[in-house]
Amino acid sequence: MTTRTAELLMGIATLLASLGLMANVYFDDLTIGWVDGRGPGAGMWPFWLSLGMALASIATLVRWFQGKTAESRSTEDYIAPETITLVIISAVALTAFLFAIEYLGTYIALMLFMLFYIRFLGKHSWGITMAFVIGSPIFIYLLFEVALTKYLPKGLPVFEEMFLVIDNIRYEYF
Amino acid sequence: MEAVLVSLGAGLLQAFEPLNLFMIFAGCLAGLFVGAMPGLGSVNGVAILLPVTFLVPPTAAIIFLAALYYGAMYGGAISSITLGIPGSSTAVATVFDGRPMAQSGRADQALMAAAIASFIGGTISIVLFTLFAPPLAIFALKFGPQEEFALMVLAFATFIGLGGDDIPKTIFSILVGLVLAAVGFDIISGQPRLIFMDMVEFQRGIEFLVLAIGIYGIGEMLWTLENTKGNVTLHKVETTWARFKENLSYIKQYIGTTTLGSLIGFFVGTLPAAGATPASLMSYGLAKTFSKDPDSFGKGNVSGVAAPEAANNAASTGSMLPMITLGIPGSPTTAILLGGMIIWGLRPGPLLFAEEPDFVWGLIGSMYVANVVTVALNLALIPVFIRVLAMPFTMLTPIIFVLCVVGVFATTDRMFDVWLMLIMGVIGYLMRKLNYPVAPAVLAIVLGPLAERSLRQSLISSQGDPMTFLERPISLTCILIAVALVAYPVFAAMRRRRAPAAE
Repeated sequence: MTTRTAELLMGIATLLASLGLMANVYFDDLTIGWVDGRGPGAGMWPFWLSLGMALASIATLVRWFQGKTAESRSTEDYIAPETITLVIISAVALTAFLFAIEYLGTYIALMLFMLFYIRFLGKHSWGITMAFVIGSPIFIYLLFEVALTKYLPKGLPVFEEMFLVIDNIRYEYF
Repeated sequence: MEAVLVSLGAGLLQAFEPLNLFMIFAGCLAGLFVGAMPGLGSVNGVAILLPVTFLVPPTAAIIFLAALYYGAMYGGAISSITLGIPGSSTAVATVFDGRPMAQSGRADQALMAAAIASFIGGTISIVLFTLFAPPLAIFALKFGPQEEFALMVLAFATFIGLGGDDIPKTIFSILVGLVLAAVGFDIISGQPRLIFMDMVEFQRGIEFLVLAIGIYGIGEMLWTLENTKGNVTLHKVETTWARFKENLSYIKQYIGTTTLGSLIGFFVGTLPAAGATPASLMSYGLAKTFSKDPDSFGKGNVSGVAAPEAANNAASTGSMLPMITLGIPGSPTTAILLGGMIIWGLRPGPLLFAEEPDFVWGLIGSMYVANVVTVALNLALIPVFIRVLAMPFTMLTPIIFVLCVVGVFATTDRMFDVWLMLIMGVIGYLMRKLNYPVAPAVLAIVLGPLAERSLRQSLISSQGDPMTFLERPISLTCILIAVALVAYPVFAAMRRRRAPAAE
């Protein structure tokens, strides 16, 4: 996809998003007008600003047709082919990481994410990989759960129960 | 004046408390690191590390983040000179002469000039800050909601008039931030607004950190992965005591341009849309204009390294001025600091000086100390940072990603927000590639709730009469300047169109 096409698609997407926001406010029965003696109603701010977004999107589209923005004249690739794999892999890995957090818990997900990123993407040695795979969960546990007293997601009950062992040790001995 | 000195003394004492001093060191180190890493700048560091600072009291937290901000300005020069890649956008101008100097074997001289110029820029601007902040805060105490709103309008207008980005895209970016800030329960009527797809999670609103970390953490890393592809070539740096002393003697060559750059940096830095990057470019341009030998610029003139470095450091301090005194951030980084202050339970704005003197003066005191600490750490650790720069991106990236994910969860306790952050990050990355400026959106989502509240408060107190904004002199002035700023690019475009027709 060229940058030129990307700008057109983005312009259309932002326009649709703006209209969607306007519709959302309008159909929620929020007062988009002026309340006498009180000023704007609850819906006024988001509604009219979304209209502004829509107008700005239209302006971008008009400028695209006129070829005024540098992007609308560019026939270069939107994302260079030699790097697109790296970007997509990273985005997909992050998505998988978040799913894994929901089901396997933060720590198992973190170890898998590090294993994938350092070993398979970065092609670093097993020594470095293992340092990250083992070191990062310990670091995150100490920083967020111990020092900041947060309870990070532990995933499905079966994984949550497994993790209780570690928490028990922590509360028993520290 | 005397009161200022007493408060400053108290602030300095506070900065020397063990915890705060430790925070200064940690912040400077972290800042030097994120500044030096290509692709990461102060704003990324502050956004990613903000959740971690809930560990310490607010004063220590802001000291840490301010020191990080500071350190990042120093650090940017390191990669500009040794790699020829700006460590952050604020160090772009440093590449112009830093790179040729490194190529001709004078990397050490360039690095030292950058550090010393940064120190001078930092010192001049912090003194100006100390002088300007208290009277400005007292002046701002008279501000009502009308003035607050007018000031925010002015802040956004600077992006349109001075931002230099595509104007419709800038406007879109501002408005999308303002609208996203309205998601959740309306503060005045209590009605739920913009609950997308009837998901109850949206009732709590969109935390600014979700957007900030999404854009500056995830989006930025995707952007950097794409741009560097992990390939960098380092220039060797020789560091010996004799060279160090020899380099000190070059100071008088660039002291003049450094001072000028510091002043420009401070005042340009206070403008929300301008900040460190344009300040450093302006400073570079002026140094070249006033130079006796302008042709040597771009070929390794030491003034060409010193001038932008002084300006970007001064600008970082300058951008703190409106943040602390008016509650209007002067840069994306200070916008995140401002959002942090709201999370810590402080109320940013003119009352901060009166209500939280320990916080404000502790911060100011720490900036003096941080300046000294950073220049010392920078000079001492140059060899270490150069080694760190050689660290492959495939090791740094997962660390940043994990900190973003866990940091957002730790702040809001919801996986929903983590998902939202990822989506925002990817959208932000895709939009940024098409030159949609992202800074206005981050500023807008921080200021959005405050802007809407002050607008509606003003109108309620004037019984719905919008003329209230034009009847008060300060708010009228702000609105007039804002209108002029928005009109300026339109007129400029019209003149450009007319000029060829006249020929």
